[in-house]
Amino acid sequence: MAVETERAEARASQVNRAGLGKADYRGGATTLCQGCGHNSISSQIIAACYELSLAPERIVKLSGIGCSSKSPAYFLNRSHGFNTLHGRMPAVATGAMVANRSLKAIGVSGDGDTASIGLGQFLHFLRRNVPMVYIVENNGVYGLTKGQFSATADKGQVIKKIGENPFMPIDICQMGLNMNCGFVARSFAGDPKQVKELIKAALSFEGTALLDIISPCVTFNNRDESTKSYTWGKQHEEPLHDVTLVPVRDEIQIDYEPGTASTVELHDGSMLMLRKLAREYDPTDRLEAQRVLEESRTNQVLSTGLIYYNAQHPVLQQVLGQVETPLAALPESLLRPAQETLETLQADLR
Amino acid sequence: MTSATLAPAPAGESAAERRPIVNDFSIVVATVNGSGSQTSNMAIIRALFRMGIPVSGKNLFPSNIQGLPTWFTIRASGAGYLARQESADILVAMNPATFLEDVSRLPSGGVCYYSDQFTDGLDRADLTYYPMPVQQLLRDLNPPKDLRDYIANMVYVGVVSHMLGIELEQIRSALMTHFQGKVKAVDLNMGMVDAAAAWARNSLVKADPFVVRREDKTAGKILVDGNTAAALGAIYGGVSFEAWYPITPASSLAEALQEYLPKLRLDPDTGQTTYAVVQAEDEMAALGMAVGAGWMGARAMTSTSGPGISLMAEFAGLAFFAEVPVVIWDVQRMGPSTGLPTRTSQGDLIFVRFLGHGDTKHVVLLPGTPTECFEFGWKAFDLAERLQTPVFVLSDLDIGMNLWMTEPFAYPGTPMDRGKVLSAEDVERLGVFARYKDVDGDGIGYRTLPGNPHPLGAYLARGTGHDEHARYTERPEEWEANMERLWRKTDTARRLVPEPVLDRMPGARIGLIHFGSVDLALQEARAHLAHAGVPTDSLRVRALPFTTHLAEFVEAHERIYVVEMNTDGQLRQLVQLETPAQAGRIGSIRKNDGLPLTADWIERSLRSEEGG
Repeated sequence: MAVETERAEARASQVNRAGLGKADYRGGATTLCQGCGHNSISSQIIAACYELSLAPERIVKLSGIGCSSKSPAYFLNRSHGFNTLHGRMPAVATGAMVANRSLKAIGVSGDGDTASIGLGQFLHFLRRNVPMVYIVENNGVYGLTKGQFSATADKGQVIKKIGENPFMPIDICQMGLNMNCGFVARSFAGDPKQVKELIKAALSFEGTALLDIISPCVTFNNRDESTKSYTWGKQHEEPLHDVTLVPVRDEIQIDYEPGTASTVELHDGSMLMLRKLAREYDPTDRLEAQRVLEESRTNQVLSTGLIYYNAQHPVLQQVLGQVETPLAALPESLLRPAQETLETLQADLR
Repeated sequence: MTSATLAPAPAGESAAERRPIVNDFSIVVATVNGSGSQTSNMAIIRALFRMGIPVSGKNLFPSNIQGLPTWFTIRASGAGYLARQESADILVAMNPATFLEDVSRLPSGGVCYYSDQFTDGLDRADLTYYPMPVQQLLRDLNPPKDLRDYIANMVYVGVVSHMLGIELEQIRSALMTHFQGKVKAVDLNMGMVDAAAAWARNSLVKADPFVVRREDKTAGKILVDGNTAAALGAIYGGVSFEAWYPITPASSLAEALQEYLPKLRLDPDTGQTTYAVVQAEDEMAALGMAVGAGWMGARAMTSTSGPGISLMAEFAGLAFFAEVPVVIWDVQRMGPSTGLPTRTSQGDLIFVRFLGHGDTKHVVLLPGTPTECFEFGWKAFDLAERLQTPVFVLSDLDIGMNLWMTEPFAYPGTPMDRGKVLSAEDVERLGVFARYKDVDGDGIGYRTLPGNPHPLGAYLARGTGHDEHARYTERPEEWEANMERLWRKTDTARRLVPEPVLDRMPGARIGLIHFGSVDLALQEARAHLAHAGVPTDSLRVRALPFTTHLAEFVEAHERIYVVEMNTDGQLRQLVQLETPAQAGRIGSIRKNDGLPLTADWIERSLRSEEGG
C-alpha cells in the first residue's frame, strides 16, 4: 500500500516530502497536566502536518483562552500563531484568513471558549464558512480556573463546591450542522489514530472543518461516570466508520470487500476512505447526521467519525469576491488609487 | 392673521427702508422625520455653495425612522462663519406638530415661511410671514402618489429661493448632482420648484431684509460630510480590511466605504476586490476581525461610536499589548450608555485614550474638519503600522454626519509607511528574530508577517505576559522591561502624531485650548472677541499623546481655558495631567447638551469667566 510504503520510507529517512523531520513540527514543552487529552491532540496535529508534508510556515495557529488555547505553544513552532481572547478566536481568525487566503489555519479552542463565552462568535464563524480547522478540545469543564462547569457539561454532573449541573449540554456538532458547516466530525483523544486521520482530512478541506474532540481533563473531570472521561469514552465509543486519508498523489490501493467502504473527495483532491463498521452510514446525508447525534445523546454512546460532509459551500473569501493575492501582500500600486481619481471624485463634491 | 400678501411689513419701517442683510442668516427647516426633506435641504445648500456663498447644513434629527420632528439648519455666511447659531432668522415650517414652538423661537425681525394649512401662531407682529400653498400646488402638479411627500418639500425650495434670490438654475444643477444626472427625477422635482417660485413671484411681496447675492468665496472648496471624508481617506490610505457593526452616527462611514471601494479599488486585471468589508455580528467581533487582519499585515480598520467602543475595550487592550496595527474610528455621540444616539458630543476622549484594563494607553487622532478626516484617514494607517499599535480617530456626529464646506482633500504626499516588517531575507541576514526586542531604542520592535517563509520567522502573538521572543513569562523583570518599552513607544508617538494648530493674535493674554468640531464656533467667537478688544490665542489639539507644543502654550499664557463639548471637562483633565504645575490655573468652558457649540455661547462663557 502506497501510504504504508511512504511511511516506512519517511521513517527511514526521517524527513517527509517537504524535506522536514518531525522535530520541525514540534512546539515548546507542554505545561498542561500529565495525561491531559489536549497533549494527545497536539501530538496528532504534529503528526498530521508532518505526514501531509505541509510547510509549517504556511500554517497559522489560533486560539482563545483556556487550557486548550494554550496548546498552540506546544506544536508547530515554525508557524505564526495568535493566542487571542476568551471566546474571541473566531473573529481574529476571520480577519486573519480574509487578509491572507493563501495560508492554512488551525484553531484550537475548548468547550468553555467555544460553547460558553464564545458561542456567538463560533456560530457566526461557521455561518461564514471561514477556512480553518476548528478543533474543540471538549472536556466539559473549566480547567484553568479549577473545575467549574462549562456549557458542554453533563446534566446531573456533580462538582463538589458547586453542586449539580441542571442544564442540558450544548452539542458542538449539532451547532455545526445547524450552521451549515460542511465538515463536522467528532472524535476522542483516546483514539489517536482516528484523531490524526480526521485532522488530515480537515486540513485537506477548504471551508470550516469542525472537530469536536472529547479530550478528558484528568484533574477535574475524569471520573468514570463522566461522558468526558477516558474510561467512559473507551467503553462507549462507537466509530461510525474506520477513517483513512489517502493523499492526492496516492492511488487508492486498499482493497475492501465491495460495499464495505466508501470515499469522500476533499478539496485538494485527496480522498477520505470510510470503511464500514457496524452500520451503514452516509456522512453526506444531513438528516442521517442529525439522527446519529440524537441517538448518540439518547443512547449514551460516543459516536465518532465524519458526521457530516458537504463540499459545496463557497468560503468567505469567495463570497467577498476578493483577489487571489493575499490582501496583506498587495503592493501600494493596488492599494492607493491614482491621484487623478481623487480630483475626479472631488468634482462631485462642489 | 397676518401674511406678507395682505399685511405690511412690521410697524415702523418698510422693506425699502430696512437695509438688506446679505448672505448672513440661518434657515431652520422644521419637518417630520422620514418625509424626505433631505433632498430639498441639500438642493438649497448646494445652490448657495455654487453661488459662491459659504454655507453649512446641520441636521438635528430624532432617534426615529419616521414621524418625529426634525430640524435642519442651513447657515449662509459671507464672512465664512459656519458654526451653528443659537437661533435661526428664517423658519420654514412644514411640521404642524411643532409649528407654535418653532414660531416662538424666532427672534424679532425673523421670517416665517409656513404651509398655508396652519392657522394658529400667525400673530407675531415682529415677524414676516409668508404662506406656502403646499396642497394646492401639489394638486396642480399631481406627482406620483409615492413621491408626493418628497415633491411637497420642493415647494419651500421654490418659494424660499425666489424670496431670497437663490438662482433656480443652481437649484437645478444641485438636483442634477443629487440624482446623479437622472433627468426624469430632476424634472419632476424641478417642476414643483419652478411652480412654487412662479407662485411666489405672483403672490408674495418681499417684506424682509434677508437676501442672497453671488460671491466668490467657495472657489476650490468642497461640500462633504466627515464620514464620507474619512472613508475616502481610508481608501487612499490603502485600507484593505474593514469590519463594522451598524451604529448611529458611524454607519455612514462604513457605507461610504462600500459605495466608493468598488469604484476605486478593483484589481484592473481580474475585476476582483483589493479589499474586504465584513459586517460583523457585534463590535467585539468587528474589532477582533480587524485585529486579525492587522496582525496578518493588512491595513485594517473598524468604525463605530461610543457604545461600540465600550464593547471593543477587550480587543483594544489586546491589540495594544500584542502590538497589532489597527485603525478604529469613533464617531462620537452623546453618552453615557445609549445616551442620545442622534446628538453630538466629545465625551469619549478619556475613555478612548485609556481603553482597556491594566496600563493601557492609545494614540488618538482628533480631526476638526472633514478635510482632516480625509487626511487622518490615511495617516492613521501609517501611524498604526509605524507604531505597531491601535490608532483611534475621534470624530463626532457633527463632523461625521453634517455637511461642511471644507478645504479640498490633498492626495497623500508620502508613500505608505508599512513600519518595521522583516522579510525572510532580513531574518536570514540577522540570523535571529526577537519580536519584542527594542533594537532601535524607540520602543518599537520588528515584526514578521504570518506566512514569512523563514524557519526562524514565526512567533506566537499573545495577550499574556511575554518576553522579547513572545514566549510566555511571569518573571517580574521581564514584565517590567516590556511595560517600560511600551512607555518608550508612547514617547515615540509624541514625535510622530499631527501637531496642534496654533493661531495667535497680537496682544493676546488668554489662551484657548480645544479639539475637534468645536473649532468652528471657537474661531467665530474669537473674531467677535477680538473685535470687542479681547484678543485670544488658540491651540487646537489634534492628537494624543500631546506634543510638546501644549505645555509651551500653557506656559506662554496668563490665562488658559479649555473649551469642549462634554460634561466632565475631559480635555482639561488631560491637559492638567500633562502640565501638573499649571493645573490649578487651567479653566474650563464646557457644554454638553447634544448640540454643536455656538460662537455666542463661547463668547458669553468666556466673558463670564473673565469677570464680565
